[in-house]
Amino acid sequence: MKRSIGLAASLCALLCAAFFAGTLGSLAYPHFTPTANAAETSTRPLTDTALLKHGANLAAIGDCVVCHTTERSAPFAGGRPLDTPFGTIYSTNITPDRQTGIGDWTLSDFTRSMRRGIARDGHLLYPAFPYPHFTHMTDADIAALYAYLMSRDAVQSTAPANQLMFPLSFRRLIAAWNLFFLHLGVEANGETNSQANVQAPAEPATHDAQLIRGKYLIDGPAHCAACHTPMNLLGAEKRGDAFDGNVIEGWEAPALTTLLSAPEPWTHDQLAAYLRTGFADQHGAAAGPMRAVTQSLTNASDVDVHAMATYLLSLQKLAEASPKAMQQTAQANMNNIRDGATLFSAACASCHAANAPMTTLGSRPSLALGTAVNAHDPRNALRMILDGIPTDRSMRAAFMPGFADTFTNAQIANLAAYLRSNFSSQPAWTLDEADVERLRKESHEP
Amino acid sequence: MMTLIVNGMPHQLDIDPSTPLLYALRNQLGLHGAKFGCGLGQCGACTVIVGDKPVFSCLMPVAAIGTRSVRTIEGLGSTDKPGKLQQAFIDKQAAQCGYCIAGMVMRAQALLDRVPSPTDEQIRAHMEPNLCRCGTHMRILAAIRQAGQPA
Repeated sequence: MKRSIGLAASLCALLCAAFFAGTLGSLAYPHFTPTANAAETSTRPLTDTALLKHGANLAAIGDCVVCHTTERSAPFAGGRPLDTPFGTIYSTNITPDRQTGIGDWTLSDFTRSMRRGIARDGHLLYPAFPYPHFTHMTDADIAALYAYLMSRDAVQSTAPANQLMFPLSFRRLIAAWNLFFLHLGVEANGETNSQANVQAPAEPATHDAQLIRGKYLIDGPAHCAACHTPMNLLGAEKRGDAFDGNVIEGWEAPALTTLLSAPEPWTHDQLAAYLRTGFADQHGAAAGPMRAVTQSLTNASDVDVHAMATYLLSLQKLAEASPKAMQQTAQANMNNIRDGATLFSAACASCHAANAPMTTLGSRPSLALGTAVNAHDPRNALRMILDGIPTDRSMRAAFMPGFADTFTNAQIANLAAYLRSNFSSQPAWTLDEADVERLRKESHEP
Repeated sequence: MMTLIVNGMPHQLDIDPSTPLLYALRNQLGLHGAKFGCGLGQCGACTVIVGDKPVFSCLMPVAAIGTRSVRTIEGLGSTDKPGKLQQAFIDKQAAQCGYCIAGMVMRAQALLDRVPSPTDEQIRAHMEPNLCRCGTHMRILAAIRQAGQPA
């Protein structure tokens, strides 16, 4: 309730700011009007293999396909619903289809959308499209990505209309949002043509070069902070809390600044393996929205993924005893834990017991090392029990059946209490069946 | 002692509460339709309906069932009088080795209870957790499609 009042107040403020920004709009955005089609010649078709490979790598790092695809047979054709605190936004078609995609877009149209969130016809894009990150991308990278997208199959497909709370369907409001929250990247720094320092190194580079490259990728194309940074009431990342974690599509996107506080502190190799394969044998398998991200990173350059791992590890904060954990004195009820143990031995032990083949073969880690079991918030543990990790057709992937139909809410709460007490040294979670019911009803990404 | 309602009949069972339902059905109640396949919830051969949901009975603790009723393939019909869905599986000769079929039928039944005439897309999405190593999927689809036609 508090949140919704705050949200309403913030929206009012945004509305006021929009009038202000409306007048400033043309000043702040010199290219606010649609670009003339005839004025620029389309650069299609591009056949430069190196350019396309470069673009394909950036598309994999940016996991464009994850949000911009509904049917696997029609990649980049858009239409996927994205649940935000403000309503549902549907991703757009970024195939080269001329009517419904970006086939008519010139490179400069595309660059403007990536850097400033302005579509070819001049309408403002919602920041669910992470242009506040893509604004940091170099000219060369944007051009390569453009060439790659333009080389894809054109698909005719129009996304459903967005369903946003009043008054957010009024796109001019985004101009105000941009004034506050869009921090122009390389363009503003006048560095668009000198990016030698962020180019992909051909060889495994020095630590410093990896850090620079990793920071560029993570802040720019990979837009990790878009999910892993807490948002303010207007849906902008809180810059002071970068990478401190957030809840996204029903799942907790964990903090990326406490990787050394895991039961087995994350190492460079574990991180790189996790990012590239969706699995780290000292931590577990990617689930929820992160799984698709790792599936995209599978296609990214090894050197770049290692650079990202290097930069992520440089973000670590010194481990400090969390005040929340210290104060937490909740004791899980012993009867609940006992009930959870009974359920575990029938439903979970065949894979997760210490001597189960799933644990002893294939380097699967014990639940004791799992991120979800050791998290402050039980959300991802409950999400995993409810939804599992779905199969991915015949693709090789981690799998866990969901138990939403097997267990009642109270049983899932007891199972979680048992997992926490048996596998983690962290204090008990405070949770009951109402928490499980809430998560069950939440819309989420399986 | 606990009470399990299976195919409409209450049964008193004196078993460990952490026993998976599959073992109770096969060992205590002599209902051998549901099969042990992987024991990991990955193949679906053990699928039965609990309440109105298809579940992997190999991962379903009897303690978790509570008052929900259990339906197994034995509840749909008999060799002499197969139920509508069973008859469709026979008509389409959907079984090869047959090991997955009881699970396939029960998962399909749960769909038909909810959606009497499902589309192919609905059938495919719903049946995804169940595997058939013989590869009779097209016949299984045809059988479910037939059972979904109005009589």
